Amino acid sequence: MSGPIALCDCNCFYVSAERIMDLSLRDRPTIVASNNDGCTVARSPEAKALGIKMGDPLHLIADKIREHGILVRSSNYTLYGDVQRRVLAATQPFARDIEVYSVDENFLDLSGFEHLDLTDHCQKLRARILQWTTIPTCVGIGPTKTLAKLANAAAKKNPLFDGVADLRDESIRRYVMERFDIADVWGIGASTARKLGELGVRTAGELRDMPMRQARGLGTVVLERLVAELNGVQADAVEVIAPPRRGMAVTRSFGRPITDREDLMGAIAQFAMRAGEKLRSHRLVAGRVTVFFHTNRFKPERPQFAANRSSGLHPMTADSLELINAARALVEHCYRDGYAYTKAGIMLEQLVAEDDRPPTLFEDAGDRARRRRLMEAVDSINGRFGRMTIVPGTQGFKRPWKVRADLKSPAWTTRIKDLPIVSAAG
Amino acid sequence: MSVALVDLDWICLPRWQHVALDPIPAGFPSPAEGEEDDPIDLSAWLIEKPAASYLMRVQGWSMAGAGINDGDIVVVSRAVQARPGHIVVAVVHGDRTLKRLKRMDGRLWLVPEGEGYPHTIVDEFVEVWGVVVGLARKYQ
Repeated sequence: MSGPIALCDCNCFYVSAERIMDLSLRDRPTIVASNNDGCTVARSPEAKALGIKMGDPLHLIADKIREHGILVRSSNYTLYGDVQRRVLAATQPFARDIEVYSVDENFLDLSGFEHLDLTDHCQKLRARILQWTTIPTCVGIGPTKTLAKLANAAAKKNPLFDGVADLRDESIRRYVMERFDIADVWGIGASTARKLGELGVRTAGELRDMPMRQARGLGTVVLERLVAELNGVQADAVEVIAPPRRGMAVTRSFGRPITDREDLMGAIAQFAMRAGEKLRSHRLVAGRVTVFFHTNRFKPERPQFAANRSSGLHPMTADSLELINAARALVEHCYRDGYAYTKAGIMLEQLVAEDDRPPTLFEDAGDRARRRRLMEAVDSINGRFGRMTIVPGTQGFKRPWKVRADLKSPAWTTRIKDLPIVSAAG
Repeated sequence: MSVALVDLDWICLPRWQHVALDPIPAGFPSPAEGEEDDPIDLSAWLIEKPAASYLMRVQGWSMAGAGINDGDIVVVSRAVQARPGHIVVAVVHGDRTLKRLKRMDGRLWLVPEGEGYPHTIVDEFVEVWGVVVGLARKYQ
């Protein structure tokens, strides 16, 4: 990206996506909870006004939910994925290139559009997305991604911008940066913010004016690049802040606690299966696997136990069956009877591209090729007939621990049997 | 990560699986070689702008006069500007309803196409949500 960059961010995306088809959520305080209805992951403006915070565990705000009639939905990633596709399709004509930063944030390369009034251009983008999807958005424009992100935050916070802030304008940039708290600058963690505060750097403007050498002295590459980007020099700070997948995790809370070793094995095996599928779809292999499981931490009166164990994978692999074997061995090592486990997961680290995988001395190339074909067959069958059509025997067929998603909305836009109803009854 | 929109697969309606038409390397070459077409993709024909289109299931008979029956699936587009004469999905007092948009006496009305159903005037409590651009029905 060499031209102006815009960051288009969907406002409280999950809630907005839920509201497309569920009219009962309109204008009412609504929150979306994480898997297993554990924590708040999205809040409507009405819910924010009631003091609901990001990450609030539902059971701690149960009184507030009852008192104010706050509506709760479980995360429906099928729906959000479909809405994301729609938002991207609506965005496409407005940019030379789109870089998906997260499910609800996209960077737009606006080179080739400089001859237009970009504020007006981005207002049209917002109108298009709203029209096609009903999703409200805010857009920030800047010469670098960091400034576009900052502009986006300003557009969101300050109603004067009417949803689009363009920080290419020197006077607007100065106005925003002098008021922008350092802790809210993207990529600045709490400890860096504290260190900067001790040096008297409290706003984005003061960070911009920091000597490069001093930024380097504070230790991080990110900070140095951020300072450059705040000065309008593209330094790829984003790539450093969000490196391409260093690790991935598949975790779940269990609807019903698991008290049996084989049930836990089954769950872990399924996570390993899914993690392998994800790895293969990104053409990655993993070098390290971690398994964890623990009892309900919010019930300290019950017996507590937490396990967390890792092992290296030699050779590095994306083979679900190898991942399952490694994960099973880890569970075997650290499982303890007599506890009710409510959450478990598997993490894969040291991810590298499949083609960069270091070969090991004793591996049999023919065997590896056969295994890869097996995995490809599994993926294509599961892709065609639905996830979990083919499962390894360890995974088990009954799933007593399947995620609790009582409050989950239907797959409105992706399943025929879930289509929303339109009334022709009056 | 850059995104190419051709990679986005639409799964609004089940589509034909693409069957490999590999010529078998024996005997005479198929006379169809080089002339193969993809199977007809009904949903691509029905849904011209998938990103702005939503499928909904009709419940009730008030639009039977317009040929839309109970249980039918309508394709509702938000990319089309609603005009009088269009069949629309409107939100009236928090309910989604299927009606024809009509101009009468200089005002816009939502009008059902069946005997004995009331008309609704389009005011600030009514939102025209989308325009019906397609209809799907199966008999078995």
